[in-house]
Amino acid sequence: MSNAVATDVQVAPNMNGSPRNASEAVAKSLKRRYAAEKRFRAYGLVAIIFAALCLAILLVTIVGKGYSAFTQTMIRLDITLYPQDIDPDGTRDPDVLSTANYQKLVKQAVQDLFPEVTNRRERRHLQEIISPGATYHIRDAVLEDTSLIGQRLVIEVPVSDDLDQFNKGFISGDVPEVERRVSDKQIAWFNRLKDRGVIISTFNTTLFTAGDSREPELAGIWGAVVGSFFTMAVTLLLSFPLAVGAAVYLEEFAPKNRWTDLIEVNINNLAAVPSIVFGLLGLAVFINFFGLPRSAPVVGGMVLALMTLPTIIIAARAALKAVPPSIREGAFGIGASPIQVVTHHVLPLAMPGILTGTIIGMAQALGETAPLLMIGMVAFIVDIPGGPLDPSTVLPVQIYLWSDAPERAFEERASAAIMVLLGFLIMMNAIAVVLRKRFERRW
Amino acid sequence: MQTAILAVTLAVLTIIGFYMGRSRSVSVAAGNLRRLHSLPGYYGYYVALWCGIPAFAVLATWLSLETTIVETLVIASLPETTQALPESRLNLLINDIRNLASGNIVSREVDPELQAAAERYQSLRQTGFLAAAAVTLSLAIAGLAWGRRLIGPGLKARNQVETVVRVFLIVSSTIAILTTIGIVLSLLFEAIRFFALVSPLEFLFGLKWSPQTALRADQVGSSGLFGAIPLFSGTLLISFIAMCVAGPAGLLSAVYMSEYAHPRMRAVAKPILEILAGIPTVVYGFFAALTVAPFFRNTGAGVGLEISSESALAAGVVMGIMIIPFVSSISDDVITAVPQAMREGSYGLGATRSETIRQVIIPAALPGIVGGFLLAMSRAIGETMIVVMAAGLAANLTVNPFEAVTTVTVQIVTLLIGDQEFDSAKTLAAFALGLMLFCVTLCLNVIALHVVNKYREQYE
Amino acid sequence: MADSTPQAMPQEAAPISEPPPAAEPLKTSTDSGNGAVKFASRKVCVYYGEKQALFDVDLDVLKNKVTALIGPSGCGKSTYLRCLNRMNDTIPICRVTGEISLDGVDIHSKAVDVVHLRARVGMVFQKPNPFPKSIYDNIAYGPRIHGIASSKGELDDIVQSSLEKAGLLKEVHDRLQEPGTGLSGGQQQRLCIARAVAVEPEVILMDEPCSALDPIATARIEELIDELRENYTIVIVTHSMQQAARVSQRTGFFHLGELVEFGETEQIFTNPQDERTQGYITGRFG
Repeated sequence: MSNAVATDVQVAPNMNGSPRNASEAVAKSLKRRYAAEKRFRAYGLVAIIFAALCLAILLVTIVGKGYSAFTQTMIRLDITLYPQDIDPDGTRDPDVLSTANYQKLVKQAVQDLFPEVTNRRERRHLQEIISPGATYHIRDAVLEDTSLIGQRLVIEVPVSDDLDQFNKGFISGDVPEVERRVSDKQIAWFNRLKDRGVIISTFNTTLFTAGDSREPELAGIWGAVVGSFFTMAVTLLLSFPLAVGAAVYLEEFAPKNRWTDLIEVNINNLAAVPSIVFGLLGLAVFINFFGLPRSAPVVGGMVLALMTLPTIIIAARAALKAVPPSIREGAFGIGASPIQVVTHHVLPLAMPGILTGTIIGMAQALGETAPLLMIGMVAFIVDIPGGPLDPSTVLPVQIYLWSDAPERAFEERASAAIMVLLGFLIMMNAIAVVLRKRFERRW
Repeated sequence: MQTAILAVTLAVLTIIGFYMGRSRSVSVAAGNLRRLHSLPGYYGYYVALWCGIPAFAVLATWLSLETTIVETLVIASLPETTQALPESRLNLLINDIRNLASGNIVSREVDPELQAAAERYQSLRQTGFLAAAAVTLSLAIAGLAWGRRLIGPGLKARNQVETVVRVFLIVSSTIAILTTIGIVLSLLFEAIRFFALVSPLEFLFGLKWSPQTALRADQVGSSGLFGAIPLFSGTLLISFIAMCVAGPAGLLSAVYMSEYAHPRMRAVAKPILEILAGIPTVVYGFFAALTVAPFFRNTGAGVGLEISSESALAAGVVMGIMIIPFVSSISDDVITAVPQAMREGSYGLGATRSETIRQVIIPAALPGIVGGFLLAMSRAIGETMIVVMAAGLAANLTVNPFEAVTTVTVQIVTLLIGDQEFDSAKTLAAFALGLMLFCVTLCLNVIALHVVNKYREQYE
Repeated sequence: MADSTPQAMPQEAAPISEPPPAAEPLKTSTDSGNGAVKFASRKVCVYYGEKQALFDVDLDVLKNKVTALIGPSGCGKSTYLRCLNRMNDTIPICRVTGEISLDGVDIHSKAVDVVHLRARVGMVFQKPNPFPKSIYDNIAYGPRIHGIASSKGELDDIVQSSLEKAGLLKEVHDRLQEPGTGLSGGQQQRLCIARAVAVEPEVILMDEPCSALDPIATARIEELIDELRENYTIVIVTHSMQQAARVSQRTGFFHLGELVEFGETEQIFTNPQDERTQGYITGRFG
C-alpha cells in the first residue's frame, strides 16, 4: 500500500511540490468569494425585510383605513316631542310608543335647521344629511323615559355615512360634484352646521353594540361577535374532547397496526385539506343530509371542529409524547390501571401542551371564513343571535361582506372589524405563549 | 330552547346518578370500603353512564331525524296535487311552511291550505318533542335505577367504566377516518350527479366556463357551459405567482434565520413570520382587494400598462406573502435537519458560509425543500378568501398576470352562495370542482409528505 | 520533497503494527530542529460562555511530524485541535484567547483570513461526513470553491491523485459518480481525508478519525497517516494510547483542560514526568 502511494506522489510531483500554488489560488479567490458571501447574506436579509415590510404595510393600511371607524360624526338636533304625534291617547303603552311616527319629528327638526329651504326637492335633499337611524335614537330615548313626551329634547343623532366620510376627510370637496357622493349644497349646509357647533364627533358605540345594517352608520359587529362566540363554543365543545380522546388513544393505547397507520395518514392529510372542502362537506352532510338549519352557528361549529381536529390532535400527541415513560412506569408500578395512569398522571402533565395546541387551533378556526360561506353564514342578518341555532354570521364573514360593499364607510368598518379580530387572535396567541412559557418543562 | 332545557335536565339527572351510585356503594360496603372491588367514585360513574348514555343517544338520534320525519309527515298530509309537484317547488313550499310555523315572513300568499300545513307542522314538532322528552327522561330514570340496582361489592365498576372510556377513545380516533370518508362520499355523490348532466370530458377539457343556466326553458342564451380548463389555468397562474413570491422569500429567510441570524435578530424575525402566518386569510383578501390591487392598477396606469383591478398579479402576490411563513418554517425544519457534521466538513475545507449553504446544505436538504414547496403549492391551490375577494369571476383563459382570471375555489364559492335548488348543474358543478380540488391537493400532500418523511429518515 | 519520499516510506511503514522503535522519533525530532515549528501556541485559553475549557496551553507542532493529543474525554484535546483552524469560530458562545501562530503569523490577526487558514489547515472529523454528493464531487468540492483547478482536466488530476494519496483510488476508480454516502465507514473516512488533501493543505487536523471505525479500517487509516506525514504536518486527537504510540512522533497529554505534559512520544510513554500522565498511561484513570 505504502509503495503505491509513494509511486503516486512521484506521478504528480507538481501537486505535492507546490502547496504554495494552491495557497495562492485561495488567496486570489478570496475577494471574489467574500463579495459573493456578502451578496448571499444580503439576499437573506432582503427576504426577511421583505416579509417584515409586507406585515408592516398590511397593518398600517388596516389601521390607517380603520381607525376613523371608531368615531362617528353626530349632529345635535333640537326636537320637540309633540304628544299628539307620539301618544295621542296618552296611554304610554309601549306598543304605541314604539310604532309612533318619529320620522315626522325628525324631519321637522331637520327642516328647522334651515327654515329658508323651501323648494320641495331641496328639502328632500336636506333630509339626506341625517341618518335614517335617527328615528330609532329618538324612539329609544322616549321608550326609556316617557316623561320626555311633550318636552323639547336635545339629542345627538348620526349624520348620513357620506357626510360622516366627508367630515373625516375621506371625501374631498375639490373633486367635481358628479364624482362624489355628497353634493355642493349638502357640503354648504354641513359647513354651516359646523359653524353653529352642532356637529360633533363621538366614540362610535354603535359599532360595538349593533348587528349588521344596510346603513354603515347603523352597522355594528356585535351580531358577528356573538355569532363567532357561539360558533367557537360549539367548535371547542366538539373538538377538544374528541381530539384529546383520539390523541390519547393513538399515543397511549393503540396497537401499531394497519388500522392505526391509516388513522395517522388520515389525520396528516386532513390537516392539509383546503378549508373550503370542509365547507362542502358541511353543506352536503349536515345541511342537506341531516337537515340542520342553514346559517346556524351549530353547523359552523361542527364544520370548524372537523377542520381543527387534526391540529389539536397533532399538538396533543406531541404533548403526550413529551411526558417521559418513567412517569407511566412509576404509576404502573404501584398497580394503577392503564386508564388511571393516563387520567391521573399523563394527561395532567400533558395538559398545558394540549391547551396550547387547542388555543392555536381555535385561533385558526376563529379566523376561518371560506367553509362558513358554504353553509350559509354569509346571509345578511340584522338581529343579534340568541343561541347556536339562530341564523348568524361570524366576524371574518362580516369583514368579507363589508369589504364587498360599495360604501366607503363600510370599508372603514371592515378595517375596524379586522382590528377587533386581530385583537382577539393576538390575545389568544398571547395566552398560548404564556401557557407554554409557564408550564414548559424539561424532563 | 325546549331542547336545551331537556338536555340540561338529562345532564342534571346524570350528575344525580353519579352521587347516588357513589353513596349506594358506600352503604353497600357498610363502612369497610376495602370490601368493594373499585373505589366508590367508579360506582358513581357507572350509574351516571347507565343514566346518561342511552338517554343522550336517543335524544341525539331524534334531533338528527326530527326535520326529515316531520317534513315527510307534513308532505304526506298535503293534497295529492301538491305532492305531485316537482321536487324543487316542493322544497320551496316546505320552506314556506317552516317559515310560517316559526312566524317568519313567507314568500307567497298565505292560503288556508298553507296555514293548515303550518299548524300541522308545528303540532307535529311539538308532539315529537314531547314524545322524545318522555322517552329520554324515562330512559334516564330507568338507567339510573338499573345501574343503582346492579351495584354490589362484587361489581367490577372500574373495569366497566374503563371499557366505556376506551370505546370513547377508539371512537374519537376514528373521527378522522369518518371525516375523510364523509368528504369523499359527499363530493363523489354530488359530482356523479353532475357528470350525469355534463360529460366529464367536457368538464375536464372544455375551454369555456359560463355556469349560468336558464331558469326557464323559454329564456334565451346561457345554456351553461362547464369547461373547467380556464379555472384550472387561472388557479395555476395565481398559485405560480404566489410561489414566485413565497418560494425565494421563504427559502432565503429560512436560510438567513438558521445560518446567519444573530439570536437577537432571530428573536425579532421569527415572531414577524409567525404573525404573518396567524393573520386570517380574509384579512389578506381585504388587503389584496382594497390596497394591493388598486396600487398595481395605478402603478400600471402610471407606466402605461393596463392592469385589471382584479388582476391575477395582485391576488398571487398577496397569496405569496401569506405562504412565506409556511415555506420558511418547512425550509427551516429541513435545513436544521441537515447534520452539523456536513457544515463542519465544509467549513473545515475552508468554504465560506454561502458556499456551504449553496453547495452542501441546500443540495442535502433539497428533497425536503421540494416537499415543502409542494405542500405550499397545495395550500395556494386550495386558498379561497384571497381569490374570492381579489380575483375575478370571469373565466379568462390567459397567462397574462395583468388580466383578471378566476379560480376553482372562487367558482365554488360563487356557485354556492345564495339560495339555489340542489339539483341544477350549476350547484352540482361546485361539488365536481370540489372533488377536483380535493384530489389534486390530496395527491400533492401525499407526495410531499412522502418526500419529506423519506428525507427525514435519511438523517435519523 | 518528492525525492525524500521513497527513502522515508519503507522506514516509516514499520511502526504501524509494532510499538514504535525507541530511537527513531527522537532522531527525527532533532533532525527537524527548532526552525521547523509549524504551529506555536502560547497561553491559549478557551471559554464556552462562562465555562473555561482550556487553560494556558503552550504547545509547538513540528513540521512533517505527527503530533498526537491524548487524554480522557472532556479534557479539551478536541477543543484545542479546533482552535488551530479556528473551527471554534462556528460556535457562537466560544471564545479563544492567547496566541496561536502558523509559520510565525498569528492566526487571529487581521492579516489571516479564516477561509485561507482553513484551506491551509485541513480537518478530518470523528465521524466520516461525506457530503451527499458523488465521490468525485466530494473531492472536487474544495478545489472548486477555492478555484484551485483551472480546467476540468486539472480537476480530474486532483481528484485522482487525492484518492490515490488517501489509498482509495483502487477501490473506487470505477464508481466516481456514485454517492459518497454509499461507501463503507472506513472508505468514507478515507474519502474525507482525500477531500481534505485535495485542497493541498499544509497541516491536516484529525479529530479521533478512527473512533467510528472497525479495527481493520483503523489500521488502514493509521497506515495512511504515516504515509501522509511525508508531505503534511498532522495533528491527531485520539483517545487510544496505542494509536498515539503507533502513529505519532510527539504526544501531548491533556487533563481537565490543561496540557499536562508534552514531548516526544517515546518519552511520554516510557518515562512520563508528571504523575497524572503516568496514571493515565498505566490505566489508573481515563
